[in-house]
Amino acid sequence: MTHRLFLARELGIALALALLVAVTFAANPRFLSAQNVKDLLLGSTILAILAVGQAIVVITRNVDLSVGSILGLSAMATGVLFVGTPGLPVPVAVVAGVALGAVCGAVNGGLIAAARVPALVVTLGTLYVFRGLDHTWASGRQINAADMPRGFLRMGSATVLGVPVLALFAVAVLVAAGFVLRSYRSGRELYAIGSDPEAARLSGVPVGRRVFWAFVASGALAGLAGVLHAARYGTLDANAGLGQELNVVAAVVVGGVAIFGGSGSVYGAALGAVLLTTIGSALPVLGVNPFWQRAAVGALILAAIGLDRLLAVRLARRLQGARHGR
Amino acid sequence: MAADTAVARPGRPVWRSLLGSWDAAVLLALVVVIVVGSLTVDGVGNPRFYRFVVVEAIPIALIALPMTLVVVTGEIDLSVASVVGLTCAVMGQLWQLGVTSLPLLILVSLVLGCLLGGLNGLFVCVFGLPSLAVTIGTLALYRGLAYVVLGDRAVADYPVDWTRGMIAPIPGTVIPWFVLVVAVLAVLFGVLLHATPVGRALYAMGNNAQAAAYAGVAVLRTKFWLFVATGAVSALAGVFWTFRFASARADNATGLELSVVAAVLLGGVSIFGGRGGLVGVIAAVALLGTLRNALQLADVPANALTIVTGTLLIASVVGPNAVRAARGRLRRRPLAGRTPL
Amino acid sequence: MRITGVRAVATTVLAALALALGACADDGSDAGTGSGSGDAGNPTGTIKEGLKVAFLPKQVNNPYFDTSDNKGGKVAVEEFKGTYSQTGPSEASPSAQVSYINTLSQQQTDVIVVSANDKDAICGALTEAKSAGAKVVTYDSDTQPQCRDVFVNQATAEGIARSQVKLISDAVGPDGGEIAVLSATANATNQNAWIEMMKTELAKPEYAKLKLVATVYGDDQDEKSFQEAQGLLAKYPNLKGIISPTTVGVAAAARYLSGSSYKGRVQLTGLGTPNQMREYVKDGTVKAFALWNPADLGYLAAYAGGALASGIITGKQGETFTAGRLGQFTVGANGEIVLGDPFTFDASNIDQFDF
Repeated sequence: MTHRLFLARELGIALALALLVAVTFAANPRFLSAQNVKDLLLGSTILAILAVGQAIVVITRNVDLSVGSILGLSAMATGVLFVGTPGLPVPVAVVAGVALGAVCGAVNGGLIAAARVPALVVTLGTLYVFRGLDHTWASGRQINAADMPRGFLRMGSATVLGVPVLALFAVAVLVAAGFVLRSYRSGRELYAIGSDPEAARLSGVPVGRRVFWAFVASGALAGLAGVLHAARYGTLDANAGLGQELNVVAAVVVGGVAIFGGSGSVYGAALGAVLLTTIGSALPVLGVNPFWQRAAVGALILAAIGLDRLLAVRLARRLQGARHGR
Repeated sequence: MAADTAVARPGRPVWRSLLGSWDAAVLLALVVVIVVGSLTVDGVGNPRFYRFVVVEAIPIALIALPMTLVVVTGEIDLSVASVVGLTCAVMGQLWQLGVTSLPLLILVSLVLGCLLGGLNGLFVCVFGLPSLAVTIGTLALYRGLAYVVLGDRAVADYPVDWTRGMIAPIPGTVIPWFVLVVAVLAVLFGVLLHATPVGRALYAMGNNAQAAAYAGVAVLRTKFWLFVATGAVSALAGVFWTFRFASARADNATGLELSVVAAVLLGGVSIFGGRGGLVGVIAAVALLGTLRNALQLADVPANALTIVTGTLLIASVVGPNAVRAARGRLRRRPLAGRTPL
Repeated sequence: MRITGVRAVATTVLAALALALGACADDGSDAGTGSGSGDAGNPTGTIKEGLKVAFLPKQVNNPYFDTSDNKGGKVAVEEFKGTYSQTGPSEASPSAQVSYINTLSQQQTDVIVVSANDKDAICGALTEAKSAGAKVVTYDSDTQPQCRDVFVNQATAEGIARSQVKLISDAVGPDGGEIAVLSATANATNQNAWIEMMKTELAKPEYAKLKLVATVYGDDQDEKSFQEAQGLLAKYPNLKGIISPTTVGVAAAARYLSGSSYKGRVQLTGLGTPNQMREYVKDGTVKAFALWNPADLGYLAAYAGGALASGIITGKQGETFTAGRLGQFTVGANGEIVLGDPFTFDASNIDQFDF
């Protein structure tokens, strides 16, 4: 039954996305030109990776507001590394960015799991702290695209059979995360923690450890997103990723991950990210005042949580009905 | 049995009920910052310093008042800054369309704030949706509407009398007269929270909404009106903001909600609800504002301040937990009670 | 963290007292750093030593302002033996600038050199700073004339507009076509002045084949400018050229075009720095662009401020002063001082510059 619910929700978003693309294509066929599709995929990649990480955290009934700051820190680290050691191979930079993100995630996870403090407050605090560290590190300067290695920047806009390399990163991350969450016991336990943390603890689930690693994963993915941001945009300053946390939470919520935890999937979150990015590109093409985009995102979030609540109530009633032998 | 619960009990003197030990700690920190700052940084302690601190703290202080009540009941409202922004945008657009009556502009803004807060209340209380998610949604929605109304423009040609008048000092002092408005509201909210049955009901709701409902508290109705009040006060802050900066823009006050929440949490209000008081919050607003301005005067870069704010915020929740654990009285709060945090 | 009742009361009383004392004191004790406030300037005077000069650009992490302030303004201030500092917000927002202006005036700065994010919004704070004794010089982007003493303009709005329109027209070719403008923030005084002049210029008969279809705003943020450029190309399939009169915007647009299928088919010009634009000129994305030397702008602004604070000029039309190695300058109408004409960079000369 939950499987059917999963299908319904994710399918719903996929359908909405398809509908949006179809309508916009009908209005302006250039919307699906090779360049535009490439731009769409590139634009949604970073948000999708962040959304996958955030989904892992939200499923456990927590939230990670510091992802934007971690992205900025990781992007700056990548830039500084390349400027400092010009011959650095690209994979090393990627690993370094991910590692930095993981460390930040560990700070979050440690405070939340060990000190039993609410994730909203802690990640709000680390949002400030990491951003401040980013600014201090950058000390006002900006890393220019001209200072970054050609190969790295080319990776930012290169394609393989028409699919951008960056999007392949996102797909790999998505498949890996989805697999772990579905097929590994530790992944399933995340859902248990989100549904009822006390019950999970009493059933022997190592709640603290799982939550810790969920935040490490979110941080590591934010770190990866930072490296890809550096590859895509080239020019970096201390404001990279500023304000992204709300877009990410929006993508996750729209993608069907219940803010209360316990349900949803990373596939839905990634689809949510793609949907939100596509709306941003589609609106100007449809001739809608692009300023409506933000409002549309807000309305979508409200609709999504309303829908989830409706589905949850229906499910609860159905379960009660089954229990009463109806 | 919490030593830092600011709840009135029989036999307890009023001021002791008002001043939990957390509140006192924040006040002490404020005094320390002022004293140390006056001695080490040139310009702190100067009357103009206080003036700027107060002017900049007014919007945060305003919104922190109803926000405290909201958080005490276990909810949260992250859309406040967007309400400020939308109010500014609507005022700006009305001004451009030729509405020049100040009372009318203010009235429209307040009504708008009530409506926006009411929408939040509708989603949370009537539809039963979690306030964190709802207000993240309305944060985006209201901010988006602000951009739809005003676009990228700024309306900045208000009469100088209004803009100067908004931050004009009380005659004989340097403190802006608007502080009196804030003070009146603070007293109102403070009395409501600490000295009326409604206030006690708020704490009850925050501790256990179901039990409170069984005890006869109109939980949903009260929460609804709290959201409306938050919207109205945020709109008032929007009016102040527009005239203080002499500029109505759709992106006014972006990020303000984080400052308000930080001040509320630093002021000792528990994010789970059921604990905390207004005195601590006001002291926390003053502390953060004074610290920020003192550091700016000392030419400490803004990033240092960001780091300090974040650390203080984390410390404000980790600290009490650590202290309690050390005393062996670790209170077993569920990892994430009713709220998805 | 237990604090006993008595101590709690004592702390509250202390806090209240401290605030009350500070608050109720009158503001009259502020002595401005007096400057020669005679009705006319003294053109033969020299700049006083020890002046505190603070630069407040639109945003601090912008390489254009990094050059103008740290490589121009700082050099000038050190030349006339003043104290230099640079401060400012990290995003181009007017309300953030207000906070910094207040801090600077509390620190008794003698000269505030500011590039305004909005024509009106920072006026209140600047007027308060002036009454506290500071001299206000706007550079790069002006405010309302009554809030500042002089405005140091890099070039006349007409000069900039003329150069930009000519560059895009040359790049697009004689057949003309649709063009768009990628600007900075919607309220930046200088941007709006230049765009207005560009529209006037485009109305001339020789540019009849060029049609301005859109103006979008990148807010001087790299990411947003990048996405706006992307959006322009998606929305206007027949777009032939983009003018981006902001260093952040033109660099972002160039980067987007260079990695896309529009490279070489859609022309780009604007106001950019040689270091940022070099590779795009070399790979053919951009044929030519313009700028002035930002370091010179900061240098001149610092000297203008020093001259003001020393009573050499008061901002009236016709007054003259010497700005170090740049020579003599005359104050124009409305307190405006112009640096010179924009300079065109292209493949033939781009390697000669390093900023």
